[in-house]
Amino acid sequence: MIDSPLETEDGRVAALESMVKLRRFEERTSNLFADGEIPGFVHLYIGQEAVAVGATSTLDSNDHITSTHRGHGHCVAMGLDPSRMFAELMAKDDGFCRGKGGSMHIADVNAGMLGANGVVGSGAPIATGAGVTKKLAGDDSVALAFYGEGAVSEGQVHEAITLGAAWDLPVIYLVEKNNYAEGMPAERIFRNTDFEDFGDAYGIPAETVDGMDVVDVYEAVSDAKQRALEGEGPSIVVAETFRYNPHSEGLDMPLPEEELEYWKDRDAIETFKDELIEQGELTAEQFEEIEDRIEAELDEAVERARNGEPPEPEQAYEDVFTEPAPDIEYHRANLGRDQL
Amino acid sequence: MSQTITQTETISLREAINQALREELERDDDVVIWGEDVGESGHVSNITEGLYDDFGAERVRDAPLAENGFVGAGVGAAATGLRPVVDIMYADFFGVACEQMLNQMTKMHYMFGGQLTVPLVVRASEGAGLSAAAQHSKTTHTFLSHMTGSKVVTPGTPAAAKGLMKSAIRSDDPVFFLENKRTYTMKDEVPTDEDFTVPIGEASVERAGEDVTVVATQAFVGDSLELAEQLEGDVSVEVIDPRSLYPLDHETIAESVKKTGRLVVADESPLSYGTHAEIISRVNETAFYYLDKPPQRVGWPDTPVPSAPTLENEVMPGRDELQRAIERIA
Repeated sequence: MIDSPLETEDGRVAALESMVKLRRFEERTSNLFADGEIPGFVHLYIGQEAVAVGATSTLDSNDHITSTHRGHGHCVAMGLDPSRMFAELMAKDDGFCRGKGGSMHIADVNAGMLGANGVVGSGAPIATGAGVTKKLAGDDSVALAFYGEGAVSEGQVHEAITLGAAWDLPVIYLVEKNNYAEGMPAERIFRNTDFEDFGDAYGIPAETVDGMDVVDVYEAVSDAKQRALEGEGPSIVVAETFRYNPHSEGLDMPLPEEELEYWKDRDAIETFKDELIEQGELTAEQFEEIEDRIEAELDEAVERARNGEPPEPEQAYEDVFTEPAPDIEYHRANLGRDQL
Repeated sequence: MSQTITQTETISLREAINQALREELERDDDVVIWGEDVGESGHVSNITEGLYDDFGAERVRDAPLAENGFVGAGVGAAATGLRPVVDIMYADFFGVACEQMLNQMTKMHYMFGGQLTVPLVVRASEGAGLSAAAQHSKTTHTFLSHMTGSKVVTPGTPAAAKGLMKSAIRSDDPVFFLENKRTYTMKDEVPTDEDFTVPIGEASVERAGEDVTVVATQAFVGDSLELAEQLEGDVSVEVIDPRSLYPLDHETIAESVKKTGRLVVADESPLSYGTHAEIISRVNETAFYYLDKPPQRVGWPDTPVPSAPTLENEVMPGRDELQRAIERIA
């Protein structure tokens, strides 16, 4: 979350900076994964930066988001400490989940980030439930569910929006339409890829925006938030974007070169940077300074994470419940037993 | 029971749950209820009768038929400060809600390193005996106990139902609350004190005996108590209601077996890979040398639930099967 609204020059520069930070974070993640420093599965956000930054720039400290398996971008955009994110990715005790979550489950409840989620579509019902809390509290806050277009076919997303609409909840359902569900192009698995059409079915507003344009995303989500706060219930925002990397790092699932080139020509960071320079809101030198600052911050974050300690093995038994778990202790004791 | 009981009244298990919900709604503004027909119509089993009128549509919510969606909403609401009690109506419908139960509700506290809590109660009625057939009769508590990350309670008496529901709502962990259909009309004494609770994870010795330990769940608690009276003089039966399947208070069970040397586990769930097996395993691990006879299982012989009474009665375990099991080892 950035402090200044995108209507201001400060806000626009901050948004650019945030997008650069998302990308540099993911580039490092890619390298660390390739080098074997990150175990497990990793899904990168590179290409979609304008969506996370534009959407979260509308949020306040009492708002909440739910994220996806491709969640690093949402986390950085929400202002999560990159060092603790790298620590979680690198299986260290200083990670946000103390090593229990990894890439697909980074969460920071204090920052309003209700978790990345390894199951496609599962964040939408959870954000809807956060919407109930907000409605009952009457605290002028909203919940925002990020999900990819692959989740649009999930029954639970349909259930969540139906519920959010029936109960007039302050929720924003944000479809990151990156054109591929895992390795499958949207056209292969949907007859209608114009997801904005779904709004009429639910009886709620829906809008398609250029997901490579951070201001466009920001404005649409701002409007959705405004409606939610005025008691008008949920909205759908469809952001058309693209991811530059395969579904998951290490997969041999390259994207078509021509399609990739088309989207890279419209790259969210490059076009917005050029726009700000053209408008005189930023100089090339200032942009270099921003990049240098981010590079230094992220290098230090990686180093701090790398030097951290892994969790102690016995922590595997903790946090299953909020109270002592007698069954777990019982089985654990039996596993360690060396005689009858 | 954890408290000294001063006053009681005789009510049904259905009324006991309704009372517990009412008292908790009154006690804590964060308690909310939702599900299909829990609102204005008061629920297909009348569990929420009167609550909509007294607490309003914001706190007692009729939900669209979207079990996965509204269990997930329960998770999200619980994670952000409410204490929802979500109603699944018939436990068979857990099939529709499974993703949010299996991957969110029961894992979030752990996989986020303890950062957030999910104080969510999901309740449903389960069990056969009403010719309701395969999709409105199954027991699910074994399956739920096996998921890890949630507590599972199966009260066999009205007092346990009331006390456990109150504990479930106050718990910071997710709890599945399973009500056997045959127990709804069971009447017994229930403490009237609004502070009365039953701790989750404590078994109850419902009847003391010397010869055979019967660990009975849900409707089998009433069946066992009646049978124990009938057999008195020939066999002295001790009846234990575990009340909570997870956590499982095997110590109380093992202590009883150390005294009787004989164990029967009576639970309506399918026999293979089940609740019976877990209870017997724990007794084997902690009291094996005290057993005088092989432990006996009374349960469902692994078929789906048929509709016709002649078929359902054939496979549904009940008092006759329990009596035979006791007599085999007594």
